[in-house]
Amino acid sequence: MTKERTTQNHFWERNRRSGGYLLKRRSKQIAISVIRAVLMFGLCFMIIQPLITRFARSLMEEKDLYDSTVVLLPRHATLVNYKYVADLTGFPGTMITTLWISLVVSVCQVVAATLASYGFARFDFPLKKFWFACVVMLIIIPPQTISPALYMTFAQFDFFGIITAIRGGPINLRSNILPYLMMCLTCMGLKNGLFIYMLRQYFKSIPVSLEEAAYVDGCGTFHTFIQIMLPDAMPIIASCFLFSFVWQWTDLFYARNFLTGYQTYAVRMSTMASAMGKYFSASETTQVIVDPHRTMQLISIAVLICCVPLIILYCFTQRTFVESLAMTGSKE
Amino acid sequence: MSSRRTVSESIQMYVPGTKMYRTMAARRARIGTLFILPFIIGFIFFMVRPLILSMQMSFNQINIKGFTMKWVGISNYEYALKVDTEFNERLVTEIGRMAVNVIATLVMSFVIAVILNQKFKGRILCRIIFFLPVILSSGVLPGIESSNEFYNMMTDINNSVQNASGVNISAALQNLLSVSGVASGVFDVIFQMINAIYDIVMASGIQIIIFLSGLQSISPSLYEAADVEGCSGWESFWKITFPMVSPLLLVNCIYSIIDFFMKNDNQVIEHINNVTYGMNAMAADIGVASAMSWIYFGVALAFVGISTLIITLAVKSYD
Repeated sequence: MTKERTTQNHFWERNRRSGGYLLKRRSKQIAISVIRAVLMFGLCFMIIQPLITRFARSLMEEKDLYDSTVVLLPRHATLVNYKYVADLTGFPGTMITTLWISLVVSVCQVVAATLASYGFARFDFPLKKFWFACVVMLIIIPPQTISPALYMTFAQFDFFGIITAIRGGPINLRSNILPYLMMCLTCMGLKNGLFIYMLRQYFKSIPVSLEEAAYVDGCGTFHTFIQIMLPDAMPIIASCFLFSFVWQWTDLFYARNFLTGYQTYAVRMSTMASAMGKYFSASETTQVIVDPHRTMQLISIAVLICCVPLIILYCFTQRTFVESLAMTGSKE
Repeated sequence: MSSRRTVSESIQMYVPGTKMYRTMAARRARIGTLFILPFIIGFIFFMVRPLILSMQMSFNQINIKGFTMKWVGISNYEYALKVDTEFNERLVTEIGRMAVNVIATLVMSFVIAVILNQKFKGRILCRIIFFLPVILSSGVLPGIESSNEFYNMMTDINNSVQNASGVNISAALQNLLSVSGVASGVFDVIFQMINAIYDIVMASGIQIIIFLSGLQSISPSLYEAADVEGCSGWESFWKITFPMVSPLLLVNCIYSIIDFFMKNDNQVIEHINNVTYGMNAMAADIGVASAMSWIYFGVALAFVGISTLIITLAVKSYD
């Protein structure tokens, strides 16, 4: 008690001697940190809140949705909604399909992007500037612009007439994953331009002397790349992979255009609302009209299920995510 | 490294037996080309070719059955802009929304990045939460709840119910302020931003990361020097932090514009998809859809160009 008083006295003493400056500074600091705390809390809450609401509402029975006294805590808690959503989205099956598609696609994307970005970062070849401008174009051009054309290309796939010569006609590749993998392996997948850009920034930041030393010691170009550059770039490659995985996981555009043969979770989720009428009706032929609150609730659950694996993944990897990205951005 | 070569020398680098072929530079050039070869192939086959095809399709009437094309000149464009009742309206709405949202995103992400760069308790947790939108606002997720047909049918009813029962604070405030008659146009924009704040925060994950990386690369000794010279925190923010980070403004601005233009919940994209696949009682017409995509792409490109110009003129580069 006495000690506290002395420090307090000391503070006022110092404040008096500084002519009020100390008090002004201290109160300014406190005000700033209070404002900061309020702002941060508000914004964080805004990001988290939809997740909480969704989770709370997912446990409600239908009558709770109309009870205006029920806001967050369900009065009639139930887990049956999850069963409905699992049926509607074909839960374990579609999730597994999405998982392997996302894995394969992101591996292909990252391999292709790593190779190309290393080429851009370290080698000097004719038309380099032009090709890099193409990478930037790739980031800028919305895939929607070329989607009808790609649709036609793959619906009647014909590689310079070779396939027509062998099989007597073009083949329809739309329901196959091959064309999409082909696009990923040639750096044309989902947001692939961005990965090339990010990886190139990183490779540029690695000192050239490292490679030169390896070269002097008799290490070949590819050997250097695999043994020296790749291990060094692992964090950023990992975060590109994570980005790719996450974006592929939730992608609807490419899935709808090229992967029509596979039921991915995102696709099922987007058509869920129209499937509901049939699902809830008693007989096979009739459809009931599901009211909007109910529809919204079930879709929210689907979104929640979709997010959960990603959030878990993110919690484990956020260090790599954030740190490696912080390393690239600024250098140019 | 960057010595200028003639065209013939460049070609010689790839032709065995020539004098240039055996040089070290040529060897490195060939290996480099090999590294980006997949990209070159992909770009030509899956980007340039579809682009040309799509350009061609926008000038043709397309019969979906046999993929036959009939040259119709610019009538698809005329249809998209003059006949189609929704396209124009949606395009204008989206551009307006974009202008507001991009500016708000830039300001918001910059402020958040500055705060996250300070040291305070719970900083790590805040960072984790702020980058969560990178995941949560990707792909199908942002638009799924609003693009639900049944829901759209009922939104009017929902809204009227909500207005009757609940108290909407921002609307009440807006009414109050617009009654007092102060520059209502400005207030409209501000309230639009406030109402869209959730979308803005959800869209600014990557931008925060980019700004944050810029902030972290500023040497602390700069601030120290400024402090010794008697600079206040406010002054050193405008004299050091802002100029050092401003080159990233361009990157972020372009990223935000593109991100906004390509979002799934974008009305124009939805409309183009509807026209392409003939959904929502729309006749499937790939020709018109291509024309619309090209108009849309042109607008997006124009915006990227304009903002690049403005920012490069306004912001001095300190490289």
